[in-house]
Amino acid sequence: MAVYSSVLDLIGNTPIIDVSQLSPDPGVRLLAKLEGQNPAGSVKDRIAAAMVRAAEEAGELVPGKIVIEPSSGNTGIALAMICQIRGYHLKIVLPENVTVERRQVLEAFGVEIIPSPGGEGSNGAVRRAQALAAENPDWVFLYQYGNEANPTAHYETTGPEILRDVPDITHFVAGLGTSGTLMGVGTYLKEHKPDVKLYAVEPPSGERVEGLRSLDDGYVPPVFEKWGGMQLLDGKRIVRPIDSLEYTRKLVTETGIFAGISSGAALAGAVKVAKKWNSAENGPASIVFIVCDGAWKYLSTGAYTDDLDVIAESINDVIYF
Amino acid sequence: MSEATATTGTVVVRLPTVLRAQAEGQSTVQVAGTTVREVLASLVSDYPGLGTNILDESGDLRKFVNVYVDDEDIRFLDRLDTPVAADDEVAILPAVAGG
Repeated sequence: MAVYSSVLDLIGNTPIIDVSQLSPDPGVRLLAKLEGQNPAGSVKDRIAAAMVRAAEEAGELVPGKIVIEPSSGNTGIALAMICQIRGYHLKIVLPENVTVERRQVLEAFGVEIIPSPGGEGSNGAVRRAQALAAENPDWVFLYQYGNEANPTAHYETTGPEILRDVPDITHFVAGLGTSGTLMGVGTYLKEHKPDVKLYAVEPPSGERVEGLRSLDDGYVPPVFEKWGGMQLLDGKRIVRPIDSLEYTRKLVTETGIFAGISSGAALAGAVKVAKKWNSAENGPASIVFIVCDGAWKYLSTGAYTDDLDVIAESINDVIYF
Repeated sequence: MSEATATTGTVVVRLPTVLRAQAEGQSTVQVAGTTVREVLASLVSDYPGLGTNILDESGDLRKFVNVYVDDEDIRFLDRLDTPVAADDEVAILPAVAGG
């Protein structure tokens, strides 16, 4: 191990763990890429660093500047770490109904939190940040949903790491979110191994936090459209809260991976793909899925210890992802 | 909140909160159909207020509407021609931001 000059040097090159004991088919390997190993604790470290670097290189971001971003947690936390080091004042538009730990981490890094109404969900936070950025043109709005540096970071780092470590990969499964991970990794994998299948999982937002007055308030990230998500992906499925929770607990108790809740959704999606594959007919398969973050920021919800049905119901009031 | 269960020849459709006002406040309704197209047609025939919320003028799914059969997004299956079996649940969900 080397000595590093900054935590920013620790971003990326995350390990992959074989968790095939959770596979429904002995011919199908399940491989977890542990993005929680990044220094601020999630996959978002990659895109936060890339977006800041791109803004610096474009001359938009110089020390003393104000950065604004909507985030339900991980992007905000990653930016908090980076902005602290690089000397920028960070404002995060944070829905009021995220877990308390996310607010605490942001506060620890000295972030200014701008609350957005919980009932408006992530869409409401995006709208509020857009409005504030329009009113304050001197602020730097990184806008992860439309920033090319987001998918590009995954195209340049996450994708090559996966192919290097799992050259026989057959399937890749990840949460949709901004779509940056799937667009970047997916484009890289298909360029190098056109037969690799890409699957998105979507945890449905809680019924009381979907935050829509009408369907016209819906949202498709510009990154998804620009990178041709409809053509790139081979499938997309929703994973129910109860399934996300069950598989998250399996990761913790059966593999020792102390994973956050969206990781359970990705694993549930990977298991579904494994069940459909049928290795007896189609040969062996290797499915890589993303473990976005660790469990630390979700402990207060009781997701790991309380009665599953009670937690699955309360998920309707909290933004978990 | 009423919960429909499928009876012979019908499927259960789960509606998002934002569309329930146009379906007498129900979260799930039962309609007939063997493809998504047929299911949506029966749905709109039973609850005309839903019509323009789900499909556009040319009869395609509206951009911010996602429809799932057995939890799979139909845009990656056979779109409106995706078959629906009697024990499948059809879920309509709005596209929302994550991250």
